[in-house]
Amino acid sequence: MIDFPILSLMIALPLVGALFILMIRGDDAENNARNAKFTALYTTLFNLALAVYMLGRFDGTTADFQFVENHEWLPAMGLSYHIGVDGISVFFVALAAFLTPVCILASWVSVKDRVKEYMIAFLVLETMMIGTFVALDSILFYVFFEGVLLPMFLIIGVWGGAARVYASFKFFLYTLLGSVLMLLAILTLYFQVGTTDITVLMENPVPRDLQMWLWIAFFASFAVKMPMWPVHTWLPDAHVQAPTAGSIILAGVLLKMGGYGFLRFSLPMFPEATAYFAEFVFWLSVIAIIYTSLVALVQDDIKKLIAYSSVAHMGFVTLGIFTATTQGIEGGIFQMISHGLISGALFLAVGVIYDRLHTRDISRYGGIVKNMPKYATVFMILMLGAVGLPGTSGFVGEFLTLLGAFEVNTTIAVLATTGIVLGAAYMLVLYKKVIFGEGTNDDALKMKDINARELGLFVPLVALILWLGIAPGFILDRIAPSVDKLILQYEAGLVPREATPNNIEPAAGQTIMILQQERPSYE
Amino acid sequence: MSEISWNYLLPALPEIFLALAGLVLLIVGVFRGNEGTRTICWAVIGSFAVAAMLLLGLEWTEVRSFNNMFILDGFGAFMKLLILIGLMASLAISIRYLYQENIVRFEYPVLVLFAGLGMMMMVSANNLLTLYMALELQSLALYVLASIRRNHVRSAEAGIKYFILGALGSGMMLFGISLIYGFTGSIDYDVIGATLAAQETSAIGLIIGLVFLLVALAFKISAVPFHMWTPDVYEGAPTSVTAFFAMVPKLAAIAVLIRLLYGPFESIMPEWQQIIWFLAAASMILGAFAAIAQSNIKRLMAYSSIGHMGYALIGVAAGTQEGVASVILYLTIYMIMSAGAFSFILMMRRGGIAVNNIEDLAGLSKNSPMTAYAMAIIMFSMAGIPPLAGFFGKFAIFDAAISSGMITLAVIGVLTSVVAAYYYIRVIKVMFFDEAVDPFDNQIAFTKRIVLLMSVLFLVLFILAPQALVKTSMSAASSLF
Repeated sequence: MIDFPILSLMIALPLVGALFILMIRGDDAENNARNAKFTALYTTLFNLALAVYMLGRFDGTTADFQFVENHEWLPAMGLSYHIGVDGISVFFVALAAFLTPVCILASWVSVKDRVKEYMIAFLVLETMMIGTFVALDSILFYVFFEGVLLPMFLIIGVWGGAARVYASFKFFLYTLLGSVLMLLAILTLYFQVGTTDITVLMENPVPRDLQMWLWIAFFASFAVKMPMWPVHTWLPDAHVQAPTAGSIILAGVLLKMGGYGFLRFSLPMFPEATAYFAEFVFWLSVIAIIYTSLVALVQDDIKKLIAYSSVAHMGFVTLGIFTATTQGIEGGIFQMISHGLISGALFLAVGVIYDRLHTRDISRYGGIVKNMPKYATVFMILMLGAVGLPGTSGFVGEFLTLLGAFEVNTTIAVLATTGIVLGAAYMLVLYKKVIFGEGTNDDALKMKDINARELGLFVPLVALILWLGIAPGFILDRIAPSVDKLILQYEAGLVPREATPNNIEPAAGQTIMILQQERPSYE
Repeated sequence: MSEISWNYLLPALPEIFLALAGLVLLIVGVFRGNEGTRTICWAVIGSFAVAAMLLLGLEWTEVRSFNNMFILDGFGAFMKLLILIGLMASLAISIRYLYQENIVRFEYPVLVLFAGLGMMMMVSANNLLTLYMALELQSLALYVLASIRRNHVRSAEAGIKYFILGALGSGMMLFGISLIYGFTGSIDYDVIGATLAAQETSAIGLIIGLVFLLVALAFKISAVPFHMWTPDVYEGAPTSVTAFFAMVPKLAAIAVLIRLLYGPFESIMPEWQQIIWFLAAASMILGAFAAIAQSNIKRLMAYSSIGHMGYALIGVAAGTQEGVASVILYLTIYMIMSAGAFSFILMMRRGGIAVNNIEDLAGLSKNSPMTAYAMAIIMFSMAGIPPLAGFFGKFAIFDAAISSGMITLAVIGVLTSVVAAYYYIRVIKVMFFDEAVDPFDNQIAFTKRIVLLMSVLFLVLFILAPQALVKTSMSAASSLF
């Protein structure tokens, strides 16, 4: 264990960096911008170092929460500052800490306007992201989960493309609409069980009827965030309009909050509702996989294509999670991590050529393998990762989720597998059109190959994608105990009540009564 | 004998001090004329500060005085403190505005003082007549304030509109009081409460009386459908007066509402709960949708305040101690947000002329980034986005609503909060995403900047230590139960 509050430090550090940038004063705008960039870079790199250290000290043999901190926050309302990580969340924290410096570096030259504010927004965003994944109090979770909207709204709206206002509003209002229902659900849970502590809530399932309503409320929030078909329409807009770094963080981390939420709330807290709705989620996932893949096939905007492919990939995640099998859930988590790296890197790759030509139109490129061989190589690896070629991390996630799906529902699994074929189709078409071909656009053929900074960004991403593809055990071993515990909780929530409903009900009622007595009094 | 009368006067010491200070300052004003306005403004702020000190010096345990016509308890004391803080802030940010807009009249601060005195008496009234007197003292001062820029058509219109509708409200209140008196035989809160508790079924006449009373109070807090005056008065009155209207009188009116409903009328809770339920739902819905179409920021704030009162009324409708505590918390945060927002609006001047259109804010983040970020934080907080304080106000309200089973109201609340978020972030959009227009005048706005800064710091840092305020609001609420 670590004897200093590492998670709090990781949450607070970006804020300290942001404060520092806020205090940068001076008449020389260029100097200020450079200072802001370096402050942001060092802060996020330090946070990355902390994350690596945390991963190193993480005990992968236990399902317990680690590095736990539990302080009083608002005892009058039963809220506590309770944070910690287990196998499910630890890699998301690492992913967020890893992708933020990538974002900062990715915008090193492309962002020239209001650099200070831009860096502050990303630092605040990092705090919110890490907070979301480590929060063990549902209101604390909600605060971070919603808090993400603030910096992201500004990132899309201030530094985005031509239709940025529409995209930022759509992003903000869609996700807010989903989340407010979750707030009510959290409050209902609090009233039922008497606490907002996630660890306690997991062990006290509520009555079946209530589970249904709460599940729907949570689903509304997470499904929008994932995003699942048919509430995915904000994502293409947001991705297309966001600056490169915004897209990286959006695809890389923000989309994972939905999947993480399913694992943290829906499965353990509402097992019966989850089982009841699983079929429904399967169909939504399959529709997402097939439909959005087909949509991706006909896109002529690179970012839009990758955005639709994200929806399809997230379809595999929801499919895997709701199979509630070891392979399915592990595959879902792995797929999220892998997609975070691959799609983040893909958006970075798009950013590289966008910076040079200032267009995302596929037909404006072509034949650039001649003048950008290094870029073509990197893009090929990423493309193959997105397709799910064995040897890349993309394969492991898709394979495991499909394995889980086959155990539960063959029809669904077969349909989902066709999505892989479609995925290969649109990615290969994209690659062919952008990289190969005749090359009729002179300006595209004059683009310079990636420079050292860009290469330096791609190398760790590509290395991780390949490494996780070859040695997935690094992640899978560490998440296994937590996933087993989750499945145990899930099944425990299902079995006893079905078997002996009369024996178990009073006992559950008693716990609720005891917990309600702990609700703070006003005296 | 002297000791008894001292005990008599002690609970009302802040009010007595304010009344005397008001009379003295009025005389000073008459002698010195309008040149002394600035001095009198600061003297009034000083008087409010002294009254707040006196209030803090008093024991906040329940005391009744003046033959049970006056009550001082934890709830009243906290609300009065809040009102005093709001009065000080709203007056401090408006002094320079009076000079800029050429409405330098020494009556202005004195009227604010008397309005404040009326509000404090309203909160502490324990008798329907005391309530009526205090309400009138407050209202008459407010009518004059709304039309203080008397050579200006919009201001005069605002004053007349406010006066006519306000007089109607007062008439309804008197009528309601007379019905209540007729059916219970008393105007004393405690006696009414005891009479109602003893009755098995409540007479229909009494319910009608209560409805009239509620209508009058709904008018004061501008709850839908009695909100019609709000946008026009907010727009027409001088901005400094609008700031004052937005921040303070509603605190007093909600406090009266709570004291009445949780005091004498507690035993007929199901009867009034449905009324409040409707007022809350209608206010939230109208506040959210009507604000979308506004282009004037003062009108926008008017609809925003209607919506906010809707949320506060959810807590009132909850009918529990938790509900009252949540209202107190919500109002505190709302007042601080409004103080910040209006400090900002008062700073909106271009070429020496006050501008009020949202479009005038375009590109503000380029011209004066710090102010723009401050306003963005206030807007996000008003929309109830965590981690800002506004979220915790809404959180407490919804918590109370759910724990008393008002799921529908809570669902309406969260859905309208999403609609409301649209117009709040539209202000941010104009400031941050639109192309810059001419910058605002770079003025020395020391007090406004201080108030704005304090407001923003509160909103941002509230999350770190929410316990103190929440605890205080709970203990204030507990004094009613």
